[in-house]
Amino acid sequence: MSDSPNVRPMVLRGGHVVDPANSVDGVRDVLLVDGRVASVAPTVDGVPEGAIEVDAAGMVVTPGLIDPHVHLREPGQEHKETIATGARAAAAGGFTAVIAMPNTDPPIDTPASVAYVLAAGRKAGAARVHTTGAISIGLKGERLAEIGEMVEAGAVGITDDGHPIMDSGLMRLAMEYSLNFDIPVADHPEDLGISAGGVMNEGLVSSRLGLRGKPNASEDIHVVRDLLVAEFTGAHIHLQHISTAFGVEMIRRAKDRGIRVTAEASPHHLLLTDAAVDGYRTEAKMNPPLRSESDRAAVEQGMIDGTLDVIATDHAPHHYDEKEQAFDDAPNGIVGLETSLGLVHTHFVRTGKISLTTMVERMSLAPARAFRLEGGTLDVGGPADVTVFDPGAEWTVDAAAFLSKASNTPFGGERLVGAPRLTIVGGRIVFDAR
Amino acid sequence: MTSTVSSLGKDLVGLEGLTAEQIRSILDTAEPFKEISERRIKKVPVLRGKTIVNLFFEPSTRTRVSFEFAEKRLSADTVNISSSGSSVVKGETLVDTARNLEAMNIDMVVMRHGSSGSARFLAERIPSNVINAGDGRHEHPTQALLDLLTIRDHRGEIAGQKVCIVGDVLHSRVARSNIYGLVKLGAEVAVCGPRTLLPRGIEEMGVRVFDRVEAAIEWSDVLNILRLQLERMEGGYVPSLREYNHIWGVSSQRLAAVDRELLILHPGPMNRGVEIDSDVADGPHSVILQQVTNGVAVRMAVLYLLAGGTPDSAEAAKGGKEA
Repeated sequence: MSDSPNVRPMVLRGGHVVDPANSVDGVRDVLLVDGRVASVAPTVDGVPEGAIEVDAAGMVVTPGLIDPHVHLREPGQEHKETIATGARAAAAGGFTAVIAMPNTDPPIDTPASVAYVLAAGRKAGAARVHTTGAISIGLKGERLAEIGEMVEAGAVGITDDGHPIMDSGLMRLAMEYSLNFDIPVADHPEDLGISAGGVMNEGLVSSRLGLRGKPNASEDIHVVRDLLVAEFTGAHIHLQHISTAFGVEMIRRAKDRGIRVTAEASPHHLLLTDAAVDGYRTEAKMNPPLRSESDRAAVEQGMIDGTLDVIATDHAPHHYDEKEQAFDDAPNGIVGLETSLGLVHTHFVRTGKISLTTMVERMSLAPARAFRLEGGTLDVGGPADVTVFDPGAEWTVDAAAFLSKASNTPFGGERLVGAPRLTIVGGRIVFDAR
Repeated sequence: MTSTVSSLGKDLVGLEGLTAEQIRSILDTAEPFKEISERRIKKVPVLRGKTIVNLFFEPSTRTRVSFEFAEKRLSADTVNISSSGSSVVKGETLVDTARNLEAMNIDMVVMRHGSSGSARFLAERIPSNVINAGDGRHEHPTQALLDLLTIRDHRGEIAGQKVCIVGDVLHSRVARSNIYGLVKLGAEVAVCGPRTLLPRGIEEMGVRVFDRVEAAIEWSDVLNILRLQLERMEGGYVPSLREYNHIWGVSSQRLAAVDRELLILHPGPMNRGVEIDSDVADGPHSVILQQVTNGVAVRMAVLYLLAGGTPDSAEAAKGGKEA
């Protein structure tokens, strides 16, 4: 949705403002005028007449959360999700912006399809909808798509997510070409040769269940490949949903070497292991798969120390019929938009593993910087995108109540502490659970 | 419709979830049922009035026929559904197939399906008893039970026997069920085969690994030789059938290198000259045909127990007492 100068001014009074970019971590008022942040101060003066007054006492007020990895399924798979339902689910999860992946049907590989997604996102009037464009025409991994024109149309990055670029020569071309447009190249790291036929992590659980596995090496090879290509091209590689200990370690070393890399951790890889698949639970089937406890712990450590800069959900809605199948036949992916904040707050902030500031860095500031989006801060003059959540609110995950069309989550029934209360985009309330 | 709680639970999905005691009770129950198949009139009215559907999504001759004999000898009414010509090929989902069967008030389903976990999937969705006749690469519990029964027939006890499973363990539901059953009953278990066909983490399931079949033979009391499916060679897991036979084939020459008498099992159908040479298959230590005979008795025992029978009443059931 576009910033509207006609929106009513709003002042959020007395919330606990956490804004890492401005080193703010304390009680402040936040004044939003004309869709922009006008002031952040212990007590703001000069509140315009007719401003909406919001009592934010006891609430946490942050720059709007950004999920840089979601599948909105439109066009082509509207039975799973639409841009409108996805944008509303995002707002309900406390996100003010999402970045859509291009693996729709047809894929987002032309400027026209980029423009379509952005227009549908604006029309939804919920969280901002950004989109990536495909690296290759038709996600086929053969020839570069019209990347320059897609960027002109508004694409914020390129990726063939879900269809890893197997041809390292093509990845080189994509990274070189990305330099002209200052966009990240996002990659789902997976060597499809090694992972062929796999439906879960390869290990004891897959051997017991008689399911074909994807070994860590299938991911690690591509992580290293992408880092090496990024190093010699000088491009920015954004590695998606890292799930292995070795991958985390390689990214850590790459950052030490000055390679331009950002990387994602997903809530499910931070919290679950392949034990969750036992019983052939298709709601625990995703790609990359849930891995071992040592991998999970390494992903957690990487998220804590910032090796993995960004928390991204890989929100992957599916119709319930599609998950109600034998494990081999069920599609990969889980929804994440409406559980991410609660999960991260409950399991990492409340346990003292990360501070609120770090949470906001991983869920707002770093995603904004990785994809060069406005926002991620409460800079005066910046977009009035704000998330307000109640850090003490206890709730139970009820997938049936999601605003997403889909309910495929392994976290159903889980008790969480910390719930979104108000999601503000461009100064306008798009979600209100006060 | 049945929802009897048997000593095995509602279903037989695999041996992983059974206790040693439950496995022994199946083997014990099979003993009296062996004799029925030797009678002139091979039928007792134990499951009279029960309806059993044999639902085979993958081709099978041996297992399907064995189940069918077991069912008919216990006087159940049976219906066979195989993938060709059924609604399965018309794109009906497994869950819809299950619901339709349920709507016809059946008592038991015997299912073979290509996907691991499918038997459990079905069992969780219908109140009928579900018997897994092989689900993907997961389990084939009745095959392992008949293997156990055959070993027990010859060696008196399973505990302490050294059993090596030779061949394509990766894709084998027979191997997994055998490993669970043998380990629970106290056997020592090993596997031997090309590393391309052994699953990772297999040692953590309590088995040792032999790279060469000569070493496996040297160690073993019992060899259970798995079929090498032709598509494994086409899939590139082994370079050629000739090489497979040369390195992992069980020959009488290799068996002659040890002075013990090994028991030779094979779940069939055999590729003579690939994983097993004919003189071994037809030799004095082969119990391959006895496995087939025991298969009917073991399946009768499973059907009987799931229908609510007890091991103690099996002897009486032969005389015609209903389960």
